[in-house]
Amino acid sequence: MTTRVIDLATEGVRGLNAALHADKAHKHWQVLNPAGLHSIAVGIDAPTTVEIDGHVGYYCAGMNKHASVTVKGNAGVGVAENMMSGRVHVLGDASQAAGATAHGGSLIIDGNASARCGISMKGVDILVKGNIGHMSAFMAQAGTLTVLGNAGDALGDSIYEAKIFVRGTVAGLGADCIEKEMRDEHKALLFGRLKAAGLDGQVDVGEFRRYGSARKLYNFTTDNLDAY
Amino acid sequence: MSSYHNPHTFPRKSAAFDDYALSEIRRAAATGLYDIRGGGAKRKVPHLDDLLFLGASMSRYPLEGYREKCGTNVILGDRFAKKPIELKIPVTIAGMSFGSLSAEAKEALGRGASAMGTSTTTGDGGMTPEERGHSSILVYQYLPSRYGMNPDDLRKADAIEVVVGQGAKPGGGGMLLGQKISERVAEMRCLPQGIDQRSACRHPDWTGPDDLEIKIEELREITDWQKPIYVKIGAARPYYDTALAVKAGADVVVLDGMQGGTAATQEVFIEHVGLPLLAAIRPAVQALQDLGMHRKVQLIVSGGIRNGADVAKCLALGADAVSIGTAALVALGDNDPVHETEYRTLGTTAGAYDDWHEGRDPAGITTQDPMLAKRLDPVLAGRRLANYLAVLALEAQTIARACGKSHVHNLEPEDLVALTVEAAAMAKVPLAGTDWIPGNESRGRGPY
Ligand SMILES: Cc1cc2nc3c(=O)[nH]c(=O)nc-3n(C[C@H](O)[C@H](O)[C@H](O)COP(=O)(O)O)c2cc1C
Repeated sequence: MTTRVIDLATEGVRGLNAALHADKAHKHWQVLNPAGLHSIAVGIDAPTTVEIDGHVGYYCAGMNKHASVTVKGNAGVGVAENMMSGRVHVLGDASQAAGATAHGGSLIIDGNASARCGISMKGVDILVKGNIGHMSAFMAQAGTLTVLGNAGDALGDSIYEAKIFVRGTVAGLGADCIEKEMRDEHKALLFGRLKAAGLDGQVDVGEFRRYGSARKLYNFTTDNLDAY
Repeated sequence: MSSYHNPHTFPRKSAAFDDYALSEIRRAAATGLYDIRGGGAKRKVPHLDDLLFLGASMSRYPLEGYREKCGTNVILGDRFAKKPIELKIPVTIAGMSFGSLSAEAKEALGRGASAMGTSTTTGDGGMTPEERGHSSILVYQYLPSRYGMNPDDLRKADAIEVVVGQGAKPGGGGMLLGQKISERVAEMRCLPQGIDQRSACRHPDWTGPDDLEIKIEELREITDWQKPIYVKIGAARPYYDTALAVKAGADVVVLDGMQGGTAATQEVFIEHVGLPLLAAIRPAVQALQDLGMHRKVQLIVSGGIRNGADVAKCLALGADAVSIGTAALVALGDNDPVHETEYRTLGTTAGAYDDWHEGRDPAGITTQDPMLAKRLDPVLAGRRLANYLAVLALEAQTIARACGKSHVHNLEPEDLVALTVEAAAMAKVPLAGTDWIPGNESRGRGPY
């Protein structure tokens, strides 16, 4: 497989994205000198692999479809935001709103993720090997958020049907988010997620707790006023 | 013995505690919940009706009413987009979600707008194939909820509108109650059916204008810099909000006043938050002028537009185009007296029906009930909308010609006077019969 190398120092983000959108047949891309630039590798719609050698700014791999994008560094705000499918792997840490509103695919963060990880997520599977910040999975609608470390305050505030698995501690739960029983089906689901991240055999599903919606805010009544 | 009779005064109701206020207190006491409804502010606030055109006279030459050319076209988005949009008339259809409206109503909006060479806009809930198929120019909204947001539809759109706020509820998110979350609506929004859905009021992955600049750049990158990008704001701090939208890279600013409709929000929010459009246009235009961007970044205004005079007044105050929501729904058949018996059953009357969130619209427009939705014939309703849009354009042209303008964009504040001191101050045009513009004394002291 040939590799097409794009140096952002010379071709810029526009050059990279234009090439990624035009040249869908190309299978493997290497991106040099990302230097924290924003909007790197956004809007891809092809089953290619993209390797980014360094740190990226905001919205890397935004709205990704089909592609597998690896960031060999840290990622700024909104990595893989609104991803539809494919896979985004951050080898370092991720800033706020990682995987925000993503509809599908999988997002793996080897380090920590900051606040609002998985905010408004709509079906994506997010796995964070470190810790996640406050307000994560805010209004999370669907998908899974798996955290090997600890979760910050107000986890899952106003959550809908997304499923959260946390191995470590949770600083606090947000409105309408409760700990839920970890039944066999959830263990199987979690095992699948861990396996997809290559962690089967290394991490025990029995160490996780599950969090989700109490579904008390689903229909507005005056009896819930203190929850709003 | 004759007893002394104390005569009664004529029964007098309080101006403050009027029948509506009393009924609201009783409603609140009975339910413990705030009132939710659709539509815009209903109470009287300073309005475009408080302005008049002067027309031509000794010092101005009019154009012949029917014959002489008076252009109405508008180009939107030529600041950065490779493919700007051209509308044949300066009136567009505002964003109204599939969910709040039936699929048939969305189709009718597309048909009517396309027949007149203008655009329609999606809404909170994503793009339906019906509206894409029937709208020759379609603006795709990018909202905090991101319901149904996906790159395929983004690429199918002719423009993208980043929604920061709405005039009916600046600072508030959307609301669609369980009755209207049908299977299809639920699926498009990735939510369970039948639950009350409250859209976020903040965007999930950006805060503030500096972030917005990066977000807009991302949207441009995803769509290869082809599509105009609009930023929609509710009228709150129009001078600064417009300036910041321009700074963030908007091609077009959409400014929505408090009389603008919404599908559903708390009554208290609709009536008490935000500015009337009349008070918002001049500050927004001033911001564009101060930045040297007037007519380079286009301004679309909305909120209570009903007729061609309203259109002409907005353009004269400096807008490039207007957009309509409520009036378009009325043109389709909303609140039509033919349904009076049914409105009565719902405890209301034609012209006052605003419980759009309940999904029981007799006109079949603000509903997801298939039986009700079927009442609206999209072809016929689209025709009615096209007729109505044609009248708006003709009326605006009539006024422009009377003022001697060969294009509706040549209308200017100097063509206007105000009937009230408030309107004169807000629109920054003289009080009729005087040369007094209240507040003009403070000119140069900075923004309002
Ligand atoms: C039924 C309905 C649904 C609406 N849905 C949206 C929406 O999804 N997104 C949005 O930005 N504005 C929405 N609006 C507001 C309109 O886009 C627009 O700002 C307003 O209707 C303009 O004022 P007008 O109704 O007086 O013409 C909605 C309005 C109505 C009446």
